[in-house]
Amino acid sequence: MVNHNYQHESSGCGLVGIISTTGKKMSGEQVLRAVAVLHERGNGLGGGFAAYGIYPKYRDFFAFHLLMDTAESKTAVEAYLQEHFIVEHGEAIPTRNPSERYPQYSSGRNLEEILPEITPPAIWRYFCKPKRPEYSTDGLTDEDYVVQGVMHINENIDGAFVISSGRNMGVFKGVGYPEDLGHFFKLEEYEAYTWTGHARFPTNSQGWWGGAHPFTLLDWAVIHNGEISSYGINKRYLEMYGYKCTLMTDTEVVTYMLDLLIRKHGLPTEVALRAVAAPFWKDVDRMSEEERKLNEALRMVYGSALLNGPFAIIFTHSRGMVGLNDRIKLRPLVAACKGDMVYMSSEECGIREICPNPKRVWNPRAGHPVIARLEDGVK
Amino acid sequence: MTKPMPEVAPEKTEDRLIIDASQKYYKVLNQEIRLAVSNGAHAIELRNVNGQRYLADGINKRVKIHIHGTPGNNVGAFMDGPELYVHGNSQEQVGNTMNSGKIVVFGNASDVVGYGMRGGKIFIKGDAGYRVGIHMKQYKSSVPVVIVGGTTGDFLGEYMAGGILIVLGLTADGDEFVGDYVGTGMHGGVIYVRGEPVPAHRLGKEPARVELTEKDNALLAKLLKEYSTELSLDFDKIMSKPFFKYTPQSHRPYGNMYANQP
Repeated sequence: MVNHNYQHESSGCGLVGIISTTGKKMSGEQVLRAVAVLHERGNGLGGGFAAYGIYPKYRDFFAFHLLMDTAESKTAVEAYLQEHFIVEHGEAIPTRNPSERYPQYSSGRNLEEILPEITPPAIWRYFCKPKRPEYSTDGLTDEDYVVQGVMHINENIDGAFVISSGRNMGVFKGVGYPEDLGHFFKLEEYEAYTWTGHARFPTNSQGWWGGAHPFTLLDWAVIHNGEISSYGINKRYLEMYGYKCTLMTDTEVVTYMLDLLIRKHGLPTEVALRAVAAPFWKDVDRMSEEERKLNEALRMVYGSALLNGPFAIIFTHSRGMVGLNDRIKLRPLVAACKGDMVYMSSEECGIREICPNPKRVWNPRAGHPVIARLEDGVK
Repeated sequence: MTKPMPEVAPEKTEDRLIIDASQKYYKVLNQEIRLAVSNGAHAIELRNVNGQRYLADGINKRVKIHIHGTPGNNVGAFMDGPELYVHGNSQEQVGNTMNSGKIVVFGNASDVVGYGMRGGKIFIKGDAGYRVGIHMKQYKSSVPVVIVGGTTGDFLGEYMAGGILIVLGLTADGDEFVGDYVGTGMHGGVIYVRGEPVPAHRLGKEPARVELTEKDNALLAKLLKEYSTELSLDFDKIMSKPFFKYTPQSHRPYGNMYANQP
């Protein structure tokens, strides 16, 4: 039955991205504060964070973060990892008691709000290296090997999902408000040079732990506000290259698409972004001969990589951070910079909370990426 | 219906009621503003605002509110009478469906300024984002006005049904000051741009350029005098370049989209 008394302030997801281009590390406290200001953009059905540079001790190992529902899933995951990887170290990711909430500094927030219960699965991390002969003849890189492992676990081991698998980075996510989850995961204890944070407001898919953002593969992590209406086309295209879409939500394809275009096919970031947010034909017609040819070729080869529908995404990797809007700006995105810091957010207040006086604040143009990179020589 | 407003005595700074918004949840802050207004406050100053939504929404009293910081989305939505001064940038949907009053933004504004606005004025000193004045409308003497000092993004005046949009391009470099798809779906109202005409490839299908009349010039002078006074800008400099006017070619551009209409 329809409840006509149901009131909800509909919103969109909330995004925050912070990067120090000189590789300076900061604790998770900043991203937590920023995403807490965007509280209204989420609805408590998902929150998550990506952090780069947090595992210097294990920097040469792929850090697998896993969500596992049952003891059986954990046994199966560990058996698989032991068989295919050298597992240097495995441990439960430290957390607080889930009933302990983020100390709200926005007074009055919880007056009438019923907070969602945080009921976590088992959350573990394993630092792994591929177990394969030194001179392997399978034609795979270590990265390809890890991707196969991630796809295998997500598709074949019941109740187990890899939520991140990059080197010296990790993702912390789940169901709840992001600030509560960040508190739960003790983010203030991690030091990273790039952080992203996401407040989820699921629209077309359910709120579950694996469905929270960021979506990752290797060191790619994507947070997203909007909906990818081309999901079906993108998914079928990716499946031809061995990607398995198992996480029941649209954002997953963005991550795999970037992995395919940039890592596998070697496209420069700017060109890959042209494929996923291609200019309209009427604008292509007005381009110079050379640029027109490039854009036409991209559309012919990568037509199935086009992301349709409204979106603002922030995607990160170990060397940088990129913000991108759909081609007609149907979702908000604000960028700012100060010194070596670059900030991106769904709302300017998310930036001002942690950087009250940025040197420059701007609204990026639709379909035009904002690209921040670690400076050359920064390790 | 627009009610006649009583004149208010000139504002004195010391009469301002000061509310510190830092770390205050938006509902609490809005309750405090409403309480102050219902207690007869004529001027309110909000300090340390950051992201609180819906500020001054639906208030139908004559009150001046100074906002310091970055107000959240929908500042001044459904507002009917107050004057808001935003000392900073504003986020999305400034003056959503506002009915009367004035919003002055001393910084930039984000997307969807004056969404479905029905009356009153919005003055932006800097740039504005996408979809400025989307579906603005007018009725009899209630004619909304949006003036943007800098540039705007795409879809300026999208589905515009009435009212006046003015873009000055004071921060512009070349002719890229109004974005693409200007006036797409426009079927009422008027858009004025200063400096250069909208390049043909950026103009939507529905509007067309028409010559300015003496009446237009008088209207522009009157509105821009008020705008430049509020924002301490040089009126003569603003008027030193020509203006170009765009109006819809039809009041029912989609009348025959699905079936022929008699």
